Amino acid sequence: MADEKNPFPGENNTGHIWDDNIRELDNPVPRWWMVGFWASVLWWVAYGILYPMIPLGEDSTKGVLGWTQIGEYNDGVAEVQAVRAKFEDQIAGMTPAEILADDGLSGYATASARVLFGDNCQACHGAGGQGGPGYPVLADDNWLYGGTIEAITQTITSGRQGIMVAHGATLSDQEIDTLAQYTVDLSQGQANEAGAELYQTKGCFACHGPDAKGLQIMGSANLTDAIWRFNEDDKLASAKYTIKHGVNAANDPMTREAVMPAFSARLSDNDIKKLAVYVHKLGGGQ
Amino acid sequence: MNDLNNQIPTSTVDDIYAESGHWHVNTGEEKIHAKRMGGKWRNLKWWSNSFWLLFFLGPYLRWDDRQAVLFDIPNRQFHIFGATILPQDFWMLALLLLFFAILLAVVTAVAGRVWCGFFCFQTVWTDIYTWLEEKFEGGPQKRRKLDAAPWTFQKIKVKTQKHALWLLVAFLTGVSFVAWFQDSFTLWGELVRFEAGMASTVFIGMFIAGTYVLAGFLREQACLWLCPYARIQGVMIDKSTILPTYDFVRGEPRGRIKKNQKEEDRTTGDCVDCNQCVAVCPTGVDIRHGQQEGCITCALCIDACDAVMEKVGRPTGLIRYESLEGLETGHSVPLHKRGRVWVYSAILTFALSGIVYGLSTLGAIDLKVLHDRQPLFVMQSDGSIQNKYTLKVLNKLSDDVKIMVIAEGPEGLKMTGSEDGFNARHGNVTPRTVFVRVPQSSLTAESMPIKFTITTSKGTEVFSSSRESVFIGPAR
Repeated sequence: MADEKNPFPGENNTGHIWDDNIRELDNPVPRWWMVGFWASVLWWVAYGILYPMIPLGEDSTKGVLGWTQIGEYNDGVAEVQAVRAKFEDQIAGMTPAEILADDGLSGYATASARVLFGDNCQACHGAGGQGGPGYPVLADDNWLYGGTIEAITQTITSGRQGIMVAHGATLSDQEIDTLAQYTVDLSQGQANEAGAELYQTKGCFACHGPDAKGLQIMGSANLTDAIWRFNEDDKLASAKYTIKHGVNAANDPMTREAVMPAFSARLSDNDIKKLAVYVHKLGGGQ
Repeated sequence: MNDLNNQIPTSTVDDIYAESGHWHVNTGEEKIHAKRMGGKWRNLKWWSNSFWLLFFLGPYLRWDDRQAVLFDIPNRQFHIFGATILPQDFWMLALLLLFFAILLAVVTAVAGRVWCGFFCFQTVWTDIYTWLEEKFEGGPQKRRKLDAAPWTFQKIKVKTQKHALWLLVAFLTGVSFVAWFQDSFTLWGELVRFEAGMASTVFIGMFIAGTYVLAGFLREQACLWLCPYARIQGVMIDKSTILPTYDFVRGEPRGRIKKNQKEEDRTTGDCVDCNQCVAVCPTGVDIRHGQQEGCITCALCIDACDAVMEKVGRPTGLIRYESLEGLETGHSVPLHKRGRVWVYSAILTFALSGIVYGLSTLGAIDLKVLHDRQPLFVMQSDGSIQNKYTLKVLNKLSDDVKIMVIAEGPEGLKMTGSEDGFNARHGNVTPRTVFVRVPQSSLTAESMPIKFTITTSKGTEVFSSSRESVFIGPAR
């Protein structure tokens, strides 16, 4: 629009006028805004030169600083490992028993293994080693396979698999009842002559030992103590079930399952040592 | 407006205008060059100034093989001579702050802004800076002249020397401050080799800038416009408070001495209107207008006035420490009849006895007990119940010590995990896990009390600390 037709000449408007007097001005943006704008542009250029920025298909420009996210992450990990190295290096050359005997190192191992325990063990054995339905307590003094630091290390490394034959086919229901009652009485320190006789004649001692205290070499349960591996709430029913269906018995689909996986493939030697120390210190280590 | 005119007689309005005429507030447009005069209060001021020598020299005191007073922030421990104070003891800091807050209140209520006039770092450092200024540039007249004079070589030389010395004082101030927080001799070593750490450098820099600007340039403006305490203390003063006061009864009407006039014929008051009280005032107020916000009660005007009174042969004390009440009625309420003094003293005594109690019972070792929550208890193969506890032992002694633990609780309890005791690192909390086993037959309740006691000995001294916890068994 030519200026002579502009009703508001000389005020730098664009000539767009609505409702007689509302017009669009063409003033420059404020200087502070422009300074900010050009500073942002400079920032963008500098950033693009220094850091990865422009995507190139699968890849992107690298930036002259060579910075990457994974690099920063790795630096952080390296920093932590450098702090831990003085402990980890010692642990690598020591047996779990030696670590346990060293106040400082066992303190480190415990603190470090708390996380490992949470990631690998807690799901079955509970956050504090308190066990769960069907999973052994790690904080008590009863150990199927031994509670020495070496035995614990062995258990974590190679895993364990309980084994007990299902007796449903070889024992009558009445015999099972008698034997189940016998185990309950044993754990409560009461005499049961009929049960004791049947325990001997049916060969239970072959695995559980002549004194019914179990054999760690086989992982057979101690029947005389107060600890119940499978179901504490109804001991008699639990004992009957276990005798009838066995543990990990191949021919009985209703058998009890008791499997501890091997962790040698998942955890490093150092981690296993630390975990063994941790478990040993949960309350029942021997 | 008519009402107002009716209410206020014209003569009163004139008085108000007259008063506002000389109600001058200096906002910094006029630089105060106070005259320095000798005298009783001036001498006292040097003594109170030298209180701050403690600040400069304190960090070099040694105790055993460390700095006597060291606020070791990175290691979270404060050493004060023989005592080591850890964050666990910080409740005493609250009492200490209370003590000083009330001390400020009681001193101000009794004798005005003693802190401002005699001890405040702003007053003291300004005093030192102006003292240096006078050494190089001469008295107030010469200084004003020099400021107005064109820049000559002589002026540059004088100014450079003054500012260099100011900066030196500022630097020493910064170093002394930082030396309370890290070993002073190590700090000087680092400074000489230009190896001082980031925190030290930043703080020394901040103190150099702060001291130089506040004491060199802002001066009384800091008291007038920056400082909250100046205002707070103003409201603590009442009519019974003794302050440097101009005795207007004796002084007014003021008038200059006329030559050849006999003393008996004099119609004016004792004030000879010589303005010396204004000339010496570091904040530039006129004390003859009464107590006012600019007055820091430094009492230098008393020296000035007394000197003049002596010269003209009139009794001294025209400006003196006096309460408004005393001036008006001739007698002041004695200290022990003032309720505020009693209340303040009671709070002071409370705070002080709390600190004394705290310091005298600073346990050498301290025990906290955490009962393991997951699991709360574990049954053992013989049917007994085991609980797990984490003992946290705080060792405030200066050496690592061996801690022995005993537990008292349900009958037949057995504790494992600390048979031979354990080592507790000094200045640190050492955790230790112990297990307590109790036979089922002794458990009469789901939760039973148990008490842990730790003991250790250092030389012939035996230290101990106890903590109660619970032993938890199956629900019954």
